[in-house]
Amino acid sequence: MATTTTAMKSAGPVSGSRSFLAKLRNGDEIARLVTLIFATTVVLITAGLVWELWVNSALPRQKFGFSFFVTSVWDPIMDQFGALPFIYGTMVTSAVALVIAVPLGIGAAIFLAELAPPRVSDILQFFIDLLAAVPSVIYGLLGVFIVVPLMRTVIYPALNKPFGYLPIFKGPSYGVGFMTAGIVLAIMVIPYIISVSREVLLSVPRDQREAALALGSTRWESTWKVVVPFAKTGIMGSIFLALARALGETMAVTMVIGNTPKIAASLFAPGYSIAAVIANEFTEATGDLYLQSLIALGLVLFLLTFILNGLARLLIVVTTQKGSEVGG
Amino acid sequence: MQASAKPEFSVNIVTNLTTPASRETAAALPMRMTISKLNFFYGPKQILFDISMGIADKKVTALIGPSGCGKSTLLRTLNRMYETVGTARLEGEILLDGQDILAQDVTALRRRVGMVFQRPNPFPKSIFDNVAYGPRINGYKGSLADTVEKSLRHAALWDEVKDHLHKSAYELSGGQQQRLCIARALAVEPEVLLMDEPCSALDPISTAKIEELMVELKNLTTIAIVTHNMQQAARVSDFTAFLLTGQIIEFSPTPHLFTTPSDPRTEAYITGRFG
Amino acid sequence: MTNGRLRWRKFVSNFMLAMTGVCAFVSVLVLFFILGYLLFNGGTSINWDFFTKLPKPVGETGGGMSNAIVGSGKILLLASLIGVPIGFLGGIYLAEFSGKGMASVVRYAADLLNGVPSIVIGIFAYSLVVLPFKHFSAYAGAFALGMMMIPITLRSTEEFLKSVPRMLREGAMALGASKWKTIATVIVPAAYRGIMTAILLALARVAGETAPLLFTAFGNRFESHGWSQPTATLPVMIYTYAVSPYDDWHRQAWAAGLVLLGLVLIINILARTILSRGIAVPRS
Repeated sequence: MATTTTAMKSAGPVSGSRSFLAKLRNGDEIARLVTLIFATTVVLITAGLVWELWVNSALPRQKFGFSFFVTSVWDPIMDQFGALPFIYGTMVTSAVALVIAVPLGIGAAIFLAELAPPRVSDILQFFIDLLAAVPSVIYGLLGVFIVVPLMRTVIYPALNKPFGYLPIFKGPSYGVGFMTAGIVLAIMVIPYIISVSREVLLSVPRDQREAALALGSTRWESTWKVVVPFAKTGIMGSIFLALARALGETMAVTMVIGNTPKIAASLFAPGYSIAAVIANEFTEATGDLYLQSLIALGLVLFLLTFILNGLARLLIVVTTQKGSEVGG
Repeated sequence: MQASAKPEFSVNIVTNLTTPASRETAAALPMRMTISKLNFFYGPKQILFDISMGIADKKVTALIGPSGCGKSTLLRTLNRMYETVGTARLEGEILLDGQDILAQDVTALRRRVGMVFQRPNPFPKSIFDNVAYGPRINGYKGSLADTVEKSLRHAALWDEVKDHLHKSAYELSGGQQQRLCIARALAVEPEVLLMDEPCSALDPISTAKIEELMVELKNLTTIAIVTHNMQQAARVSDFTAFLLTGQIIEFSPTPHLFTTPSDPRTEAYITGRFG
Repeated sequence: MTNGRLRWRKFVSNFMLAMTGVCAFVSVLVLFFILGYLLFNGGTSINWDFFTKLPKPVGETGGGMSNAIVGSGKILLLASLIGVPIGFLGGIYLAEFSGKGMASVVRYAADLLNGVPSIVIGIFAYSLVVLPFKHFSAYAGAFALGMMMIPITLRSTEEFLKSVPRMLREGAMALGASKWKTIATVIVPAAYRGIMTAILLALARVAGETAPLLFTAFGNRFESHGWSQPTATLPVMIYTYAVSPYDDWHRQAWAAGLVLLGLVLIINILARTILSRGIAVPRS
């Protein structure tokens, strides 16, 4: 054996000095290079995206500087562009969405993870996954023809009559507005909260729940006081994920928010979100400043979702790892 | 063999005692829990066959046997922990202080029969909150701080953690976490404490500490322990039951079982010929 | 620790657990509600005309969405041709050839790309493909949607390739197959189903996207020939018709919504059940 190896080593050229062309004749090297090129393309695309966003939003950055973020005037005719109404609208609709979706989503996840028998849990989760696949424009369709009239006829009177003195419930409603958009968004993000929270809850070690039961807890007490707190970080992650989705949501929001660049305290007032204004005004934008201001808004949206997604991933990973470590 | 007397818990109704001496000794002792003709199934598969034995009051009873003999399953019937598995089914009678545990409310039962698990499983809370959990959910009106201290002292952990009660339980070592779990279980003042291989995940020093603890604890509460470690059973327990494939082969006072076992299979197991 | 308190605790327990069941069923019911409503409102409008006729001039009733259906088909085809090879081959690189450093960079870039809101992808496609050529086009739309398909394809390819058992690889290599031959003839076929599932799911996802098409493919009342004209697509038509003031357009929007949703759901159901028997399906 040994002699053969040495003999092979000393015959012919040593592999280290093979020329590049010779390497290329080797199928493996070509495969490696080709796939490397494509992998690099992915990196280039992402880098290119950030670059394009940055470069093409230079004008408003130069002209307005930081005040771009805190000006509430959006007047294309006068060349005045302030991002505040859109940032406000994005935040308010997302907040409404979370207020509705988080309790519902976590409740459903608890049911799926703790109560439902495994087969039932899997089947229901399958339907939830399908719900997550419904296109945004379909939600918009239903928003326009179902939620908007519902807002006018049922929800607005139910909230405005008794609580109309509160600033958030004041004033008239045209059916569209912050709250309508928030409701539609809530329906859209619930599947994300459910899916992730369910997985996170399922990863909590069995003996946490058993320890609670062994101390004489009721099933709810063991779930709410022990299992859910254990999975707390991951559930937070699911909420961040849902928030990131809500922030970037365009079609459903633009169809029901009212498309008015104004800040208003009342949830019934019409408003605007970052994604919605880009969708609506991009093709109508006359002049570079206008267009680039919209692109600057796109950059803001990108940064927000980037941070949220990063945090979400971190939180979810931390929780599922904790599940496999604790107990010894 | 022995007549099964009614709810009076002081009569031994165990039928597998094999030496006259042990039968007498057992007959004189009050039984905290008695098990009669227990058969246990997971779905169609039977795990425990016709088990009858008693857990003597304020004593340590050990369950030993090779892997898979059903000792943990038997332990878990005592606080109805098997009910967390859908297909589990139980036939027979288990009495606590003369009352059928299957007829009681399970939440109330589990307060009276506590459990310490194989791997330490403290909650993601502070040391204080872990121990206070049980009293809190049961609506304890007295001083939580006193109860927590008392339990931690009983678990021989107080001195090590008294200045760190609000730190996370996960900052403790494995052995400390297990003692914390013992303190947590003691805080609700259970009548019986079940311990399912409590030292198997711990190092020898922590194991020794907990074994010392068990001997003290039996003054406080009745203990039933499952263990893989025969020497441990010989050291800490007063009574030992040897199980093999779901049946009790022998149940006698510990010294008897380990020095003069009545059944050849018991002898084979304790001399290390299998298991 | 009184009896009364215990009864209350048990009541609370049963009540809260029942509430969680309500949450779960309500959430699932939404899916069926959406389907039912679309069927009810759009079902009757689905006829031969819908699939074969072009849209009528504004204000006139009747007509169909044949251009949008064809347009969507064209754009999705091109998007797959762009996105799938990049994702697939990039995934092979990550699973088979790369070192740790490069792998984390590529994965990070893919995750980043995945999280970008679709409207921002539209902006990117606009600045790269529309601006230089000064017109909207099908390939701009395809570029945007293709970008969106890359991350899912990449990550899934990597995952499924990596999950192929070592024994299979070693078996092939022991027979003298070179690395790339092993990949092409043994590993990829073994991971084929999982990768196909992921690609189909990615396709279903971008099929429903509207925002990135708004200023890339834009839209068209007529047929678009070739790839460099503004092109009508199903999602954009739904949007345009739904927000219009014409009842007849609303009716057509429902029909189109039903067709789109039906398509998306069927792809999802097929991919998640038949194709992926026994495989873990990637989450969106």
